[in-house]
Amino acid sequence: MNVDWGESRMPNMTLEKVKMPEQDPNIRNKNFLEVTLGYTEEQAIEEAKRCLNCKNKPCVQGCPVNVNIPDFIQLVSEGKFEEAYQKVKQTNSLPAICGRVCPQESQCEHFCVRAKKGESVAIGRLERYVADKYMSDIALKPEKQQTNNKKVAVIGSGPAGLTCAGDLAKMGYEVTVFEAFHAPGGVLMYGIPEFRLPKALVQKEIDMLKFLGVDIKTNMVIGKVFSLDELFQQGYEAIFVGTGAGLPSFLGIPGENLNGVYSANEFLTRVNLMKAYKFPDCDTPVRVGKSVAVVGGGNVAMDAARCAKRLGAEKVYIIYRRSETEMPARIEEVHHAREEGIIFKLLTNPTRIVGTEDGWVKGIECTEMELGEPDSSGRRRPVAKPGSEHIVDVETVVIAIGQSPNPLIKSTTPDLETQKWGGIIADEETGATSIPGVYAGGDTVTGAATVILAMGAGKKAAKAIDEYIKGKSK
Amino acid sequence: MFKILKKEVLNTSVKLMEIEAPHIAKKAEPGQFIILRVNENGERIPLTIADYDREKGTVTIIFQEVGKTTRLLGQLNEGDLLLDFVGPLGVASHFEGLKKVAVIGGGLGTAIAYPQAKKLYNMGVEVDSIIGFRNKDLIILEKEMQAASSRLFVTTDDGSNGTKGFVTDILKKLIEEGNNYDLVIAIGPLIMMKIVSNLTKNYGIKTVVSMNPVMIDGTGMCGGCRITVGGRVKFACVDGPDFDGHEVDFDEAMRRQAMYKAEEKKSEEQHECRLGGIKNA
Ligand SMILES: Cc1cc2nc3c(=O)[nH]c(=O)nc-3n(C[C@H](O)[C@H](O)[C@H](O)COP(=O)(O)OP(=O)(O)OC[C@H]3O[C@@H](n4cnc5c(N)ncnc54)[C@H](O)[C@@H]3O)c2cc1C
Ligand SMILES: Cc1cc2nc3c(=O)[nH]c(=O)nc-3n(C[C@H](O)[C@H](O)[C@H](O)COP(=O)(O)OP(=O)(O)OC[C@H]3O[C@@H](n4cnc5c(N)ncnc54)[C@H](O)[C@@H]3O)c2cc1C
Ligand code: SF4
Ligand code: SF4
Ligand code: FES
Repeated sequence: MNVDWGESRMPNMTLEKVKMPEQDPNIRNKNFLEVTLGYTEEQAIEEAKRCLNCKNKPCVQGCPVNVNIPDFIQLVSEGKFEEAYQKVKQTNSLPAICGRVCPQESQCEHFCVRAKKGESVAIGRLERYVADKYMSDIALKPEKQQTNNKKVAVIGSGPAGLTCAGDLAKMGYEVTVFEAFHAPGGVLMYGIPEFRLPKALVQKEIDMLKFLGVDIKTNMVIGKVFSLDELFQQGYEAIFVGTGAGLPSFLGIPGENLNGVYSANEFLTRVNLMKAYKFPDCDTPVRVGKSVAVVGGGNVAMDAARCAKRLGAEKVYIIYRRSETEMPARIEEVHHAREEGIIFKLLTNPTRIVGTEDGWVKGIECTEMELGEPDSSGRRRPVAKPGSEHIVDVETVVIAIGQSPNPLIKSTTPDLETQKWGGIIADEETGATSIPGVYAGGDTVTGAATVILAMGAGKKAAKAIDEYIKGKSK
Repeated sequence: MFKILKKEVLNTSVKLMEIEAPHIAKKAEPGQFIILRVNENGERIPLTIADYDREKGTVTIIFQEVGKTTRLLGQLNEGDLLLDFVGPLGVASHFEGLKKVAVIGGGLGTAIAYPQAKKLYNMGVEVDSIIGFRNKDLIILEKEMQAASSRLFVTTDDGSNGTKGFVTDILKKLIEEGNNYDLVIAIGPLIMMKIVSNLTKNYGIKTVVSMNPVMIDGTGMCGGCRITVGGRVKFACVDGPDFDGHEVDFDEAMRRQAMYKAEEKKSEEQHECRLGGIKNA
C-alpha cells in the first residue's frame, strides 16, 4: 500500500477516545431508542487517527475473528469508508452488530498499545461507523450466487447460524435456515434490547442473507417438526446446529414461582420480540412493578434492568453476589446502567422471594456477602456475613443468572453427543459433532458466550461443511 | 402463512378450524399442541391439536373465545390466513398397555380430551367418557365423543341436558359400581382437574391431567409455563402438557394463571373499542 506519511497522517495523540454522542441518561431511560448515536464522519476520522498502525498488530490477536484492525482504521482515516467496510467484512460477517455489542475492553481494545497510557483506540465504535455508513448507503439487491445444487440445512438463526448460512451461500450452496421462533435473529432479536441493538439493523443483515439466496423458514422447531435424520432424507447433505443456549436457569430458592418472578428470557422476550413496551398496541403484556430486582451481573441482567427502568419502574436493583470487578457484563453497559439510575446491590445474595397471601411478589430476602480467601481457581469466593439478612421491597423479580443449551434436539437425536451440562460436543476447529455431516457452533456448544464467538464458530463450520461435502462427492 | 380451510361454529363461543399445515399434520400426535399468531402485533397463543389429517395435511383446532386473541381468531373465515402456526409442541400422550380408561372433559377441555379418547378407542381400549358443561347450549363435540367412546355420559351443571351435576359425580358412581379403570384422563378447568385428582387419589387410580399455563415460545426457552409437579419445577410446554394429577400443585397453577388478568382485560377493551363495541356472547 502506498501510504502518504504527510502531515495529514500525523497520529492524533489525545489520550482519550473521541466521545461518542449519546442520549441524555434521564431522557433515554424512558424510551427504547438507541442509547449511543454513533460517530459523525469527522469524529470517525479523528478517532481513526489515534491508531498508530502498529506493525505487530497486538489488537488483532485480541479479536476472536482477527479483524484486520490497523488496515481498516487506516482506510477510515483516509475517508475510504467502503473499502474499510470491505476490509472488516473479510473476517467479520456482522460488523454493525459486533461494533455495538462485542466486549471490546476484554478483546481487541484490551491489547491496543494506546491503552498503556490513556484509552485504547475506539475500535468497536469505528467498526460500527463503517458498517452503519455502508448499510445506509447501499440499496440491497438480489445477488444470488451460482448454485452448486447442494443443499445444507442450518438450524437456528442467531449469529452462529446466520454467519454459517451466509458463508455457505456465497460458496454456492442452497441453504435453508430453520428457526423455531416467528422471527429470525436469535438473541439479537429476542434478547438484546432495541436501545442497544436496533432491530432494523438486524433485519437488514437478515435481508442481505435472503438476497444471497438463503431461504429462512420460521416457525420450525427442529426435533419436533423434523428430526435431523428427516432433514438428511430431504436431501440436505450437511446440517449446522446453531440453536444457542436458551434454557433459563433459576436460583432454586423459595418463592421462585410466585407471580411477578420472570426468567430474563421471558422478560426480555416479552419486551423485545413481542414488543410488550408497546402494550396495549401490541397484545403481549409484561408486568413491571414500582420496584424491580434483577438477579445477576452479566449483559442479560443489565439489559433486563434497563428495560424495567424504561417500562416505568421507579427503583431497579441489580443484585449480584460478587463485586463489580467480577461482573461479566460489558463495562459500557454497567456504566450506562448506572447513569440511567439502576441501583447496584453488589456482594448481595438472594435467599428467598417473599410473597403476598394471594401469591404475588412483595420482596426479596438477601444476605450480604464478603469476599473470602481465593479458591483453587484463584477467584475469591463470596461468603455470607452472619446476621446481614434483609428484605428489599420489590414487586417484580427477574432472574438473569445464565442459560444452558436447550435439550430439544439432543432428546430426539440420541447419537448426538453432549456434555453433562447439555452443550453439544463439537470439534473446536471444524464444529464437527459425533454424527457425520452434522456440525455445531455458538452458544449451543460453548454455553452462553458472545456474538463474535458464535459468529466465528459459524464461519469455521461453513468452511468445514464445504470440505466435507466436496470430500463426499469425490 | 397458514390457510384456514374450514370453519365451524360449535356453540356460541366455541369454534373449530381446519388449518393447512402439512408438516405439522404429518408429525402430530394426541396430547400435542400448536402455537399460533394471528397478525403482526398479535400474541402467541397455544391451542391443542384437536385432530389432524396426515393425507390432507391439515390440523384441526377448537377454541373458546375468552379474550382478545381467541376472538380475533374467531372473526376469521375460510380462506383467511394465519401469520404463524408452529408445532407440534409438547410430549405426545402415552397409552401403552391400557385396557379400560375414563376420559373426562370439562367444558372446552372436551376438545382437548377428544383426540386422546379417539386414539385410545381406535387402539381397542374400553373408553368411558364423561363430558360436562355449564348448560346445554355449551355442549360441544357430543357426536364426536360418542363415536370415540364405549360409553358416553353428558352432564350439565343446571340439568338442562344429560345428568344434572358435575363430571366427578358420574366418575365416582362409575368407580363405586366397580368399573376398574387403569387410567383416568381429566382435562378441563384447573379446579375440575384438581377435584378429579383428589377423588381418584382416594381410589388409587392413576390420573393424567393436561396443564395449560400461560406460554410464549413453547420450546422450553422462557420458563413462563413452569408448574410444580411432585415438588419439582417442570416446563409444561416441553415436559407436558400432560402430568400426573396426583403430583401437580394446582393451587400454584391457579394463581399463576391469573397473573395477567388486568392486562388481558385492557387488551380486550381496547380491541372492543376499536371494533365499535362489538361484544361476543
Ligand atoms: C440479553 C442478552 C444480552 C447479550 N448481550 C451480549 C453482548 O452485549 N455482547 C455479546 O457479545 N453477547 C451478548 N449476549 C450473548 C450473545 O447474544 C450470544 O452469545 C449469541 O447470540 C449466541 O449466538 P447463537 O447463534 O449461538 O445462538 P442464539 O443467538 O441463541 O440463536 C439460536 C437460535 O436458534 C433457535 N432455535 C433453538 N432451538 C431450535 C430448534 N430446535 N429448531 C429451530 N430453531 C431453534 C432459537 O430460537 C434462536 O433463534 C447476550 C445475550 C443475551 C441473552
Ligand atoms: C398447552 C395448551 C393447550 C391449550 N389448548 C386450548 C384449546 O385447545 N382450546 C382453547 O380454547 N384454549 C386452549 N388453551 C388456552 C388458550 O391458549 C387460551 O385460551 C388463549 O391463550 C387465550 O388468549 P386470549 O388472548 O383470547 O385471551 P386472554 O385475554 O389472553 O386471556 C383470557 C383467559 O385465558 C387465559 N390465558 C391467557 N393467555 C394464555 C396462554 N398463553 N396460555 C394459556 N392460557 C392463557 C388467561 O388466564 C385468561 O383466563 C390451551 C392452552 C395451553 C397452554
Ligand atoms: S469483531 Fe469485536 S473483537 Fe473483533 S475487532 Fe470488532 S469489536 Fe473488536
Ligand atoms: S494496537 Fe491500537 S494503535 Fe496499534 S494498530 Fe491496533 S488499534 Fe492501532
Ligand atoms: S412456554 Fe416458554 S418455556 Fe414453556
